[in-house]
Amino acid sequence: MSAPETEVVSRRRALQCLAYGGAGTLFVLSGGVFTPFDLAAAEGAPAVGVPLFVQISDSHIGFNKDANPDVGGTMRAAINLVNALPAQPALVLHTGDITHLSRAEEFDTAAQLLAQLRVTELHTTPGEHDVADATASEYFNRYGKPSAQRGYYSFDHRGVHFVALINVLNFKANGLGALGQAQLEWLEADLKRRSASTPIVVFAHMPLWNIYQPWGWGTSDAEQAIGYLRRFGSVTVLNGHIHQIVQKVEGNITYHTARSSAYPQPLAGEGPGPGPLTVPPDRLASMLGVSSVTRQRHPSALSITDRTLA
Amino acid sequence: MPSFRLGLIALLALAAWPSGYAGEAAAPTAASATISIHDFMFSPMLLAIAAGTTVTWTNLDPEPHTIRSVDDTFRSGALDQNDSFAFRFEKPGTYKYVCSIHPQMVATVVVK
Repeated sequence: MSAPETEVVSRRRALQCLAYGGAGTLFVLSGGVFTPFDLAAAEGAPAVGVPLFVQISDSHIGFNKDANPDVGGTMRAAINLVNALPAQPALVLHTGDITHLSRAEEFDTAAQLLAQLRVTELHTTPGEHDVADATASEYFNRYGKPSAQRGYYSFDHRGVHFVALINVLNFKANGLGALGQAQLEWLEADLKRRSASTPIVVFAHMPLWNIYQPWGWGTSDAEQAIGYLRRFGSVTVLNGHIHQIVQKVEGNITYHTARSSAYPQPLAGEGPGPGPLTVPPDRLASMLGVSSVTRQRHPSALSITDRTLA
Repeated sequence: MPSFRLGLIALLALAAWPSGYAGEAAAPTAASATISIHDFMFSPMLLAIAAGTTVTWTNLDPEPHTIRSVDDTFRSGALDQNDSFAFRFEKPGTYKYVCSIHPQMVATVVVK
């Protein structure tokens, strides 16, 4: 393949991914190990395994600034893409920041969009933007039932044990998310009853490993939770929050953060803080395109973000 | 909830104050101070005030922020760009607070 040809293909690929900017992440169970791959790349590709669930994250309904004046439109595009999958997964997980300001009307708009999913079973965990109202009641009024208003709960689907954790309440002033002692005790008891061969999927909004502490990209007491998970043969830890794909594999545990359906955020430490990143479209395309393709074809690659910016 | 009510009372008290007094720094009961939020930082990060001072935070970032005292004395909702939140500090003490959306943002109000 000549160099110019490669250039054309990768550019087209990049633009295609831009069109579906942050569409979501699809997971298939393949040989007992979860393989995340980008939805934009999955479209039109032959089906691989049975889709178990789709992860959507960081919709930020209510955001209207330069980085994306139409977050409703991009969330709708993400939902349409899920609906167009040749085989519908049974579940959708939303890993938080459904809304931008925790306002009732934002939750209502998001609910109307999510209702368009052909996949009817939706599981959520809140982001800090969903519990930013002074009483943190808007989220829990709508999505608090499965967890009896605690925010953490578990369920089983097709032999897989799913655990939703909440790490966006009760912040310590150390900048990181926190699970808290009550939740950790519940998690230990919940996992104790499972055999080590049960595939486990854990999802929470903020990363459950320390990606970048100065920006709060981590959870202060996550290591204790991870300790309860180490004996399992297949553990997938899914997070949002940082609006970019970062993955780490450690023993049997795969950590993966999803992209946002709303806007990208800077790489760790670039700029004053983890706010919306407004970039020229061609730069955005290059970031998204390269990262999604790499993700799908090399699921064990450790740093997709580095490759993206290379 | 009680703290939220306190904040409201502070706001109402400010609103009821005759406008002529607003500019007079000498008026001891009408003391006010401002803290701006810009580039993910509270400014000033350390504010010393007298009891009875009303502090108004204004978010200048396009990213929302909140004001949450660590001991839960005061808490705002989400402040979008140019939104403000006011709280009147009645009791002396050291009040550490964070933005609950970006808890790496930590600052302190000292009330004498």
